[in-house]
Amino acid sequence: MEEKKFMKGCEAVAEAAVRAGCRFFAGYPITPQNAVPEYLARRLPQVNGVFMQGESEVASSNMVFGGAAAGKRSLLSSSSCGISLMSETVSWMALCRLPVVVCNFQRGGPGIGSIQPSQQDYNQATRALGNGGYRMIVLAPADIQEAVDMTYEAFDLADKYSEPTMVLLDGFTGSLMEPVTLPPMKSEEEVKAIEASKPWVPTGNKGTFHRVFFHKPAPIQNGEDAEMYEKWKETEVQYETDGLEDAKLVVTSYGVSARIAESAVEVLRAEGYKLGFIRAKRIYPFPEAAFEEINYDQVKGILDVEMSQPAQYAEDVKAAVRKRAPIETCLTSGGVIIDRDDIVAAIRDMYERKVGE
Amino acid sequence: MMKQITKIPAAIDLEKGSNDFCPGCLHSASFKIVSQTLDEMGLFDKSAYVQGVGCCANALGYIRIDTIACPHGRGCAVAGAMKRCMPDTFIMTYQGDGDLAAIGMAETMHSANRGDNITVIFVNNGIYGMTGGQLAPTTLLGARTTTTPFGRNANEHGYPMHMCELINTLEAPSYIARVTCTDPANIRKAQKCVRDAFQHQLDGKGFSFVEFISNCPTNWGMTPLQSLDHIKNVVLNEYPLGVFRDK
Ligand code: SF4
Repeated sequence: MEEKKFMKGCEAVAEAAVRAGCRFFAGYPITPQNAVPEYLARRLPQVNGVFMQGESEVASSNMVFGGAAAGKRSLLSSSSCGISLMSETVSWMALCRLPVVVCNFQRGGPGIGSIQPSQQDYNQATRALGNGGYRMIVLAPADIQEAVDMTYEAFDLADKYSEPTMVLLDGFTGSLMEPVTLPPMKSEEEVKAIEASKPWVPTGNKGTFHRVFFHKPAPIQNGEDAEMYEKWKETEVQYETDGLEDAKLVVTSYGVSARIAESAVEVLRAEGYKLGFIRAKRIYPFPEAAFEEINYDQVKGILDVEMSQPAQYAEDVKAAVRKRAPIETCLTSGGVIIDRDDIVAAIRDMYERKVGE
Repeated sequence: MMKQITKIPAAIDLEKGSNDFCPGCLHSASFKIVSQTLDEMGLFDKSAYVQGVGCCANALGYIRIDTIACPHGRGCAVAGAMKRCMPDTFIMTYQGDGDLAAIGMAETMHSANRGDNITVIFVNNGIYGMTGGQLAPTTLLGARTTTTPFGRNANEHGYPMHMCELINTLEAPSYIARVTCTDPANIRKAQKCVRDAFQHQLDGKGFSFVEFISNCPTNWGMTPLQSLDHIKNVVLNEYPLGVFRDK
């Protein structure tokens, strides 16, 4: 049954995971996502799940490797520099094709950076965590409701492809409190059925050697994985567009800065500005199709909004736009929440220069 | 009538292929003892084997036990979590000294300290075998390796680390022993220690740990027989055999 509650982002994501059937979590303290392990330490035992606190991100992520190998729906959560430490394990899980959901509540970087919200891990999330150039589907929620819905969905995607799947959040969405509708709790029978659908779990004498070690010889597996990533570009793209029909300027963004940018767009539309809006709901595979919906005869420019300097999402936008319109950026350094007034000013400025009064 | 005098353990599949251990390497002896004990105790059908990174991977050519290969050094973290998720499965790690005592020191000690109900088989030959003979935490003082070409010296490289003794400082572990396979008498002792360690897991007593003092004729630059003498005359002075704890 769905249920409406007033919840903090981190706790809502953790509860969504439990409702999706997550029965294993291991983590290590790092701001701004401590509420995830703290919530699950109380919550998982209530559903016969297993909670562990590792001695490091490295150990915790390997515990999650163990949980996933044991067939449990497993969650890995951390923030930026913590995710870097977990990257080796996630790369191994891609090698072993083990399903796991990875949540990154981004904070400032590089290195320890700052504990404030950021979007500086875009390249890390969309290119590959760790070595080997593998890919993950990366969901990018803009608010707590979407964070909950996407986390729930991410467990299905991880199992569908038997592959690590990422939810890329930020410290802002994790720390905020908002009313949220929680998805239905999967029954014990449903959770058991999901676990039973993984016949490769090594419970003894099953010949699962190849499945849980190297999935297949590397040249074969890498070729098959590359084909799977290509198919995702047809089946797993998600985006949202608004007002493209009569737009003269298009604003594009993702995640929390899209939420702020959308509100800046509304302010200026009320003043008569002809603005289109594109939001990537998943940043891998990148929604190139959204940029094919733009009428390039009419649109005089595209403004990229993100909390990263240098810009990262903008590089994918550039590749999709293929020089058909000029692209400018409105950025803050990671660790600084982007201000709606600054986005309004940036749109106004670009509009005046490119479109005219 | 033909009489079968030896039985290939279920975990080993000679039709699949052979192992890739160097001639005279005691890895094949310790792996065989572990496999035989799984059979004797009726555990093969409910066992998962968590394998480290290093020469232990040379067993992959001939084993058919359900295997998880995890990142270098992380065996205890993976195995401890698996055991909590699937308590009815018998879970064992098999790791070398670079894996368990260098890069995996934190995972090993914390798993031991949590009393994870797993069995850890630790193969200590005082050197990195797979990568060609570099300094390990367990390398003896004076020993020449490719990264201590003038011999390990305490001022620069510190002293050999003793995993049984270190783990024995913790409260939670339930079984700790050090064995070797240099001769039949020691092999029999090793078999008993492995059996006892497995029994500790079956009884739910927590972390059980068996260290095999092993050789590496290839990187020690010795014949197999010389390497056995070296263990008896030199290595065991640094790493005394025995049962350190049996709760
Ligand atoms: S390199 Fe050394 S430890 Fe490795 S298989 Fe050869 S002899 Fe054994």
